[in-house]
Formats: sequence, C-alpha cells, structure tokens
Amino acid sequence: MTAKSNVIGVPRFTETTDLTIPTLTILDADGKLRKNAHEPAIDKATALKIYENMTYIRVLDERMVAAQRQGRLSFYLTCTGEEASVVGSIAGFKSHDMVMSQYREQAALRYRGFSSEQFMNQLLSNDLDLGKGRQMPIHYGSRELNYMTISSPLATQIPQAAGYAYGQKLVGKDACTICYFGDGAASEGDFHAGLNMAAVSNCPVVFVVRNNGYAISTTTSEQFAGDGIAPRGIGYGISSIRVDGNDILAVYAASVEARRLALQTNAPVIIETMSYRLGAHSTSDDPSSYRHADEEEIWRQKDPILRMKKWLLDRGWWSDQQDHQLKTQYKKEILDALKSQEKRPSPPLSDLITDVYKTPPLHLRQQYTELLNHIAKYPDHYLPNPNNIDHQSALTQVN
Amino acid sequence: MPQINLLQAVNSALDIAMAHDPRVICLGQDIGQFGGVFRATSKLQEKYGKQRCFNTPITEQGIVGFSIGLAAQGSIAVAEIQFADYIFPAFDQIVNEAAKFRYRSGDEFSCGGLTIRTPYGGGIAGGLYHSQSPEAYFCHTPGLKVVIPSTAYQAKGLLLSAIRDPDPVIFFEPKAIYRAEVGEVPDHDYEIPLGVAEVVTEGTDITLVGWGAQMHQLHRAAKMALKDGIHCEVIDLRTLLPWDLETVAASVTKTGRLIISHEAPRTGGFAGEISAAVQEQCFLSLESPIMRVTGMDTPFPLVFEKEYLPDYLKVYEAIKQSVNF
Repeated sequence: MTAKSNVIGVPRFTETTDLTIPTLTILDADGKLRKNAHEPAIDKATALKIYENMTYIRVLDERMVAAQRQGRLSFYLTCTGEEASVVGSIAGFKSHDMVMSQYREQAALRYRGFSSEQFMNQLLSNDLDLGKGRQMPIHYGSRELNYMTISSPLATQIPQAAGYAYGQKLVGKDACTICYFGDGAASEGDFHAGLNMAAVSNCPVVFVVRNNGYAISTTTSEQFAGDGIAPRGIGYGISSIRVDGNDILAVYAASVEARRLALQTNAPVIIETMSYRLGAHSTSDDPSSYRHADEEEIWRQKDPILRMKKWLLDRGWWSDQQDHQLKTQYKKEILDALKSQEKRPSPPLSDLITDVYKTPPLHLRQQYTELLNHIAKYPDHYLPNPNNIDHQSALTQVN
Repeated sequence: MPQINLLQAVNSALDIAMAHDPRVICLGQDIGQFGGVFRATSKLQEKYGKQRCFNTPITEQGIVGFSIGLAAQGSIAVAEIQFADYIFPAFDQIVNEAAKFRYRSGDEFSCGGLTIRTPYGGGIAGGLYHSQSPEAYFCHTPGLKVVIPSTAYQAKGLLLSAIRDPDPVIFFEPKAIYRAEVGEVPDHDYEIPLGVAEVVTEGTDITLVGWGAQMHQLHRAAKMALKDGIHCEVIDLRTLLPWDLETVAASVTKTGRLIISHEAPRTGGFAGEISAAVQEQCFLSLESPIMRVTGMDTPFPLVFEKEYLPDYLKVYEAIKQSVNF
C-alpha cells in the first residue's frame, strides 16, 4: 500500500465529478489570444512550417480521397479537422525523438520530411515503397525519419512506445518517444497495459490521445462513461493535460512542456487533444448514416487551419495571396507525384518472402520455388506487371 | 565439467548474455530480487542492477509489447511469461506485432532482439492453467522462431542462440524437469544452432520424434523396445519453427516408420504438421502409418494427469503397433 489516503468514518464515495480536468485554450475561434492565456514562445519559421504542413495535409487528403474515388488507390484515410492536434504536437518534439503513431497522423510524418513521392510510393504499393508493398495504403513508416511503421491493430504501439522510451533512457541520449492514438484505441487492453508499464518503469514517453468524437461510427458516449481519457492518466500516476485540439498554440505549448517534463522526470505524460474527425473514418465509411451534417458544420466552423491562419494574418506573418499560392503549389506537387509514381512497377516478387526472417529459411525458399514454377505455367494469370519478375534473379535474391 | 540442472543452465545462459552484452535486459513478473517463481533469474538483478533486470506489473500483453519496443529501439529484450498458460493476453502482441514487425516495415524496423522465455508443460499437478503446451499456436505464425530444450546442456546453448538470434524467439522451458534434468554443462559461453534437430540415439527400425520434457518418455520407451529387439532412432527436434525436416526425413527414409509425440492435444498439434511433411517426402519409404502419441483433445486435467499424458508406456505400445503393422 503506497497510496496516501485520508481516513473517513462513514462511507463516502469519490465521484467522477470530483476530478475535473481543465482544457488548455490559448487562441479563440477568431485566432485571437484569449484573456489570461499565455502565448508560447514560437518563432516565425516554426509557425510557418506548422501552417504549411497543416495546409499540405489538407490538400493531400482532398486529392487522395478523389484519387481513391477514381480507382487510383484502393483505400485512404484523412486527418481532416485534426491537423492541429497532430502538427502542433509533433512540432514540440525533436527529429531524433521516435514517433509511434496510429494511422491518422500522416501530418507528423510530413513534418519530419516525408516527400510527396514517398507518400505516393506507399499509397500505390510501388517498387519504391519503403514497406515493399506489404501493407494497405496509409501504413507509412521510415527509419530515417524516426517514424515507426504503422500497424492496423489498435493500441499495440502503446506498450511498445513505453519499451522504446525505456531503451532511449538507458542509452542516455536526450531522446523520447511520442505515441499517438485515438479515443477508441484507449478502450483496448494495450492502452491500460502500456500506460501502467510506462508509469511503473519510468519511461520518457508522451502519449497524445486524439479525442475526435468517433471510432468509425461509435461515439465517445458509447465508448466510455467517464470524462474522456485524461483522467485515466491520473489513475495510472501520469501527469495529464487536456487541450483544445483545434487550437494550434494550445497543442504546441502543451507538447513542448510535455516533452520537457517527460525527459526531465523520466516519466510518461498524456496529452488529450479535443477535436473532431471532420471526414469519414476512411474511404470505406459513410458518416451520413450515423451523424448529422449540422453537427459536422459546427465543427467545420472551428477549422484548426483557418484559426491558425487568422492568427498568422494578424501577426503579419502570412497573406491571403501566399495562402493561395501555397495551396496551388501543393496541389500541383501532389498530382505530379501521383502521376509519376503510379507509373512505377510493383516491388519484385521475391519481396513476398524476404523479411519474414532476417534470412529466408529453407522451407520458405522451397515454397517460393514452387510458386515460381507454378507462375511460369500461368504467367498472364498472376502477374499484372510482368516487368517485376526475373525468375533467376528472384531466386538468387532469396538464396 | 560441472553437473547442473536445466534451471541453473537457463540462469547461466542469462548471466552470460547479460555479462557479454550490456544491451541485454531481462523483465517479467517477480524476476527481480526474488529471481522468478522458479528462480531462473536468480541473482541477475543483484549483478546487473534494477535497470537491466526488473519486475513488471502483471500484464502479459504489456510485458511483450514493452519488450517489442525495447527490441525495436536496439536493446536485447528477454521477457519472462511466468507460465505458458498465461501467454494468451500477449497473443496479439506476439502474433500480429513481433512476428510481422520486420516484414510489414520492409525491414525499416525489426524486433529481432526479442526472446520470450516461458515455462510450459504438465507433470506438476498444475491442472488446466499451469500445464499447457501451447507451442503449436506459435508454430502457425511466420516470423517467429519456436525453441524447446530437453536437457540442461541444450537449455544453455539454445537460449544463448535465441537471445542473439536476429528474429523474435519463443523459448519454451520444460518446467517439469527444471530440477530433475541434470547434466554436464560447460561454464563457458556456447551456442547450439537453431533450426537443427539432434539425432540422440541412432537406430534402424523406427524413428521417434519429440521435444522438451517428452524426450525423456521417448528415451524410456526406446529402452523398453530395445529389449524386444527394436532399435529406435530418437530425434530431438529442439527447434519447432523452422524445424529440421531434412534430418527427420533422412531418418524415416532409413527406418520406414515414424512416431511423433507431444504433450499438447492431438488435433491441430505440431505432430500433424510433421506427419504431413514427412509423408510428402518419404511416401515410398513408409512401412506403416505415421503415428501420433499425444495429449488428449481435452483441457489439461488435474486428477487424471497421469492418464492424460502421453507417457513412455503409450509410446512403447505405439512402437510395437507400428513395427507389427
């Protein structure tokens, strides 16, 4: 028993309402500094980088949904409405910090320097996809950018992030891990396991929970009965903060402070960003069947990008003309990349069996030989892209 | 050469791995100062400190998830799951995460530094939840390696290989013979290669294949059969994934008969896989049907443990049946 407690003589239950988590908000809806709010130190270059990234992702998401509708991609998933939650948080970290994300944080990857071509390579599963065409679109990852490859199972990255951060602590460099997930993932067992492990083992990891109101069609009121996710952090002994996820300065200020706290105290920190998933869950989803357009409109009025733009315009750091130019430039950059990268071939067939193990074991090499012999009998049936196979070199590569 | 038991051999392997490589971290329930419920990690915290050998909360998915992250970061994580019966909360982390980590990232990332140690098997009056042999579930998962030692010598050499292997390994330890199994084990560092079976006894009439604690039942049955003039070739698989089909097939080609034995239930057990692969390779050499001597298709029982287990008498009867087919 280590918990400190006051002794009482009659049954008095602690109510959930006894703990109220405040919400950090710095900018109002018009991008003006709120009364009593403290503007975080942020230079012009960082502010513009943040804004440009949010804008880029909005354009990318719009273009890729359109490309999916045209049949050029099999699947896509937007970050629309949550750009500030993601960019504001990643901007508070260093490039050598590890990012372990869920799947709606492509803005963090862009912030680290992922190019339009690299996005397309992954989305199109071509020969330059770092993931070698093995995962569905949006499962990005890059060793160079310290961005852990995404996996579909929810919340699995949470205990992993704790372990990664523990390793960083042992190495002793000024590095930590930032781990993203959503309000739905916080219902998984791995959330509880991961938070507890991180707290008990003193891991410098910052958990960013995007509370966006929905897990596909399930509303947060159907997801949990308590007051969101941040209070759970308190239960695990973790410093926790709730921020307005559509307020870029609030997210940024909380993130800079969270990183400092995590590294200074060797302990996890939780940031819950309150926002709204303005788009569908994915291109396979249709929100009109479970939520009202009026509700979406309310949140469209709170667009985080617009809010930041107003703040930038007020400061004289940005203009409408620059804004227009930027969007046009991004649109072209993305469409050019889509056009060029969709012409690329698939990865080589040998990638079917490499990387299962460090070295393909005998039984796998035998199965591959069987496959090659079979394909040789029906080449037109199996290989839409015959350029990608050279049987002899394929065999050499795996042997 | 010193005589030590299987548990001490595990401890010796961990000690050497930690001494030689500062990246090696041991974690799990009760493994710290207490040294684990079976004492496999005895004295390790004392020697290497709390940062490198520590207790975790009771959360198997947390332990494995944490270890995957640790390994991805560049550490060598050796996680203990207190009983193999309790590995299932970590099933998703093992099967969907550890096993697929390198593949799904295109080799951008790997958690190859991960080893999960866990005591398995019956014979200790442990009932349903302290007796299971869940190896087959994991053998069905590409990307994992599955290793099971049967002697103290093997335990040390295989565990050192597992810890240093570039792929995630599940290392099942036969807890029933943790202390009973005593043998000569060198003090020094040595490795036994993974994926290679050991022909323990050469013979000409029938091949017996097993692993872990079950090897002792096979040896005992083989000795009984020898009195009847039947020469059994006894093979210890040692690694189940990837397993050494070449060695087994060469033996069956010679003997023409095969019995596979494991404690786990028969249906879906790993004997089925071995049986199918061997008949594909050795069909024309077979003199009798391949037989399986296994646990029954029930949960692991308590009072009828002895009846349930595929002991040497059941193996002996199967040998006679196969030879007289």
